[in-house]
Amino acid sequence: MDLFEILFTASFWVAAIRIASPLIFATMGELICERAGVLNLGIEGIMVAGAFAGWVTVYAGGDLWTGVVVAALTGAAFGLVHATLTVPFGLSQHVVGIGITLLASSLTYFTYRIVLPEVSSPPRIEPFRNWAVPYLSDIPLIGPALFDQTPLTYLAFVTVAVVAWVLYRTPLGLAVRAAGENPSAVEAQGLSVTGIRMGAVMVGSALMAVGGTFLTMSAFNSFFFEMVNGRGWICIALVVFGSWRPGKALVGALLFAAFDAYQIRLQQVAGGIVPYQVFLMMPYLLSIAALVLVARRASYPKALMIPYQKGER
Amino acid sequence: MGNDMARRAQTVLRLAGITKRFGALIANDAIDLDLKRGEIVALLGENGAGKTTLMNILFGHYVADEGTIEALGKPLRPGDPHAALAAGIGMVHQHFTLADNLTVLENIALGTQSIWSPRLDRTSARTRISKLSAEFGLAIDPSRPVSELAVGERQRVEILKALYRDARILILDEPTAVLTPGETEALFATLKLLVAQGLSIIFISHKLKEVMAVADRVVVLRGGRLAGERRTAETTRQELAALMVGQEVSLPKAASRTPGPVILELRSVSTAGASGTQIRDVSLQLHGGVITGIAGVSGNGQAALAGLLSGVLSPRSGQLLIGGGAPPGWSPRTALDRGIARIPEDRHAVGSVADMSVTENVIAERYRNGDFSRYGMIDWAAARKFAERLIADYDVKCPSPETRIRLLSGGNMQKLILGRALDPDPVVILANQPTRGLDIGAVAYVHARLIEARDRGAAVLLISEDLDEVLSLSDRIHVIADGALSRSFARGEKSVGELGEMMAGHGLEAA
Repeated sequence: MDLFEILFTASFWVAAIRIASPLIFATMGELICERAGVLNLGIEGIMVAGAFAGWVTVYAGGDLWTGVVVAALTGAAFGLVHATLTVPFGLSQHVVGIGITLLASSLTYFTYRIVLPEVSSPPRIEPFRNWAVPYLSDIPLIGPALFDQTPLTYLAFVTVAVVAWVLYRTPLGLAVRAAGENPSAVEAQGLSVTGIRMGAVMVGSALMAVGGTFLTMSAFNSFFFEMVNGRGWICIALVVFGSWRPGKALVGALLFAAFDAYQIRLQQVAGGIVPYQVFLMMPYLLSIAALVLVARRASYPKALMIPYQKGER
Repeated sequence: MGNDMARRAQTVLRLAGITKRFGALIANDAIDLDLKRGEIVALLGENGAGKTTLMNILFGHYVADEGTIEALGKPLRPGDPHAALAAGIGMVHQHFTLADNLTVLENIALGTQSIWSPRLDRTSARTRISKLSAEFGLAIDPSRPVSELAVGERQRVEILKALYRDARILILDEPTAVLTPGETEALFATLKLLVAQGLSIIFISHKLKEVMAVADRVVVLRGGRLAGERRTAETTRQELAALMVGQEVSLPKAASRTPGPVILELRSVSTAGASGTQIRDVSLQLHGGVITGIAGVSGNGQAALAGLLSGVLSPRSGQLLIGGGAPPGWSPRTALDRGIARIPEDRHAVGSVADMSVTENVIAERYRNGDFSRYGMIDWAAARKFAERLIADYDVKCPSPETRIRLLSGGNMQKLILGRALDPDPVVILANQPTRGLDIGAVAYVHARLIEARDRGAAVLLISEDLDEVLSLSDRIHVIADGALSRSFARGEKSVGELGEMMAGHGLEAA
């Protein structure tokens, strides 16, 4: 198969959208947190916890959508811990974030061992099935990619639209954007910076967890260790790539996913000649290059990572 | 008419016995203040007199330790900006509280609609903003991003924010500090329109001229206490100034003394720094016991001259001589070792480390020497003692040596920097804009200390954009223009007009 022929196969585009879905959820989550002024480095661990929480709910006999809700609540709970430490207590967002990542992933593995002490191969669940949109899914090439996916993928795209609407069209979004830029402007208008920031971190963390659970309930059908594999960190880069804007971040997630899907296929084409690790590296190298080009001009939220203390000069 | 008088006399705001302490410092001591309908009251006081603290209490940013506040006859819940807003109090802060990433409209509308409403109502917000800006002469395009606005325009947005919320009481904290004279006049016109509509205004300032121009009544604060209250129609600037500082202020006019020997000399020095106007072919002699003033318009090479003397810049050509010899390896450290004391132009960015304590800041130039360190360890006991001594000697108002220096007012910070510079008895003092942004009392203090140092025999180089300051302090005067320095003139040799022409770059060589 030729290098360019890959781009004209439906399976490539289907894979790209599937790979993008968890990134989209988690990137929107991180974006909400950062827009309110809080860097959430707990993302990687929260995705692990979300992946497990959703999966184990279904494994224990729960409905698939119940699993998604449980995952979101788990994420929100970790978000609450993160927000309590970083917002009212004003602790370092870096340290707390890394701490949350370690805590959430360790707790997850611990719980996994407690719940399933004797399994060697991970048990499976019945994941979300594809839901093809009539007629639209018959469009060649992009039809299957956009209109023959699982409901969670559709939900990812809906999430982007909702986040963009809330941020730019509602009083709530206005308050979130102001809280990340100049919290004293929020306070001077009689709103609670603490409330807005904590709420944003909790909602953002819930979205990260849903991103995680996409992996166990839509992409795969079981939970195993290390399955999140750095996707959280990629999402942090995607937020920067997207200049803290939902639409641009979505483009970033799709680009990254497309590179990833492409390199998997390239391995099969050129794998004999070039070591496969080079292909694995490719999406990351390209993201760094894209970040350098795009992020230099990005205007970041001015109060990002700065704790707000009321009445301080 | 009688009815109108009664309405005018109505008290809209009453502060009673407000006391606020920060550690050992009493920022407000039992302050009473009444504000009537349709009245502009000026709150006058020096930096650090407690004006801003009082207003922050009123607006709910701080909670008072004692005292009560009543707005429109109802008690105001302390510590809650939302309660202040709901009671019709609007505040225009000295440092604007605007979010740069939002538009004018978004900044004004922020927090005015229920946060859970599904949609921000831009149309009605725009209509209302246009109406208000037309009514009060606050021209602004609501759709512009705040990041693009000039300072005067940002202030208009702040005022509109308050009016949009139907504020009946408007507090303006040092509103003219950042404005050009034209913008100031426009602001005053707006304020008059506002009080004509029945609003009441508290105008915080330390500028006597403006207070006399705009206020009906003046309340003077000094050292956290109420120093007096006057109607502007029945007082004078002199009386207010005396109330404000507590004693008659007179600028020092110390007579020149016989010049000592040349301590520092520049011979045809040019610099090549990375930014700003560089100095070229500058020759200068600093004598002991002489204040040498450099007059000039900002940006004409003052920064390069100061950088050169403080060791940040090295001469590209020409010679720098101290005590007759050229010091090897010119650096800030050499400059300090050779006894050059520096009072930097920007006390926040260069003169201090904002988040470090007073103690840490005052030993910043000397922590290496034997007074404050032994075997490579800092002797904190000695450092603290030194800080305490400077605080006492230089009359610095601060709660303790552990206080972070950013919490000090500008005048107090400058006094500490002055103390740090003058305490080791330097032979050369580089005073770059030493009184910028300070109030009258602090200015007089800094001047007195510089004259004292001169009388001890130090060579003082005073760089200032304030020609009055240069004229009143300097024994010799140079003019700097476009990086070149004039010859030196004795005090009184050139008229203000002649100096002004030279500052504009005319006739520097000819003079």
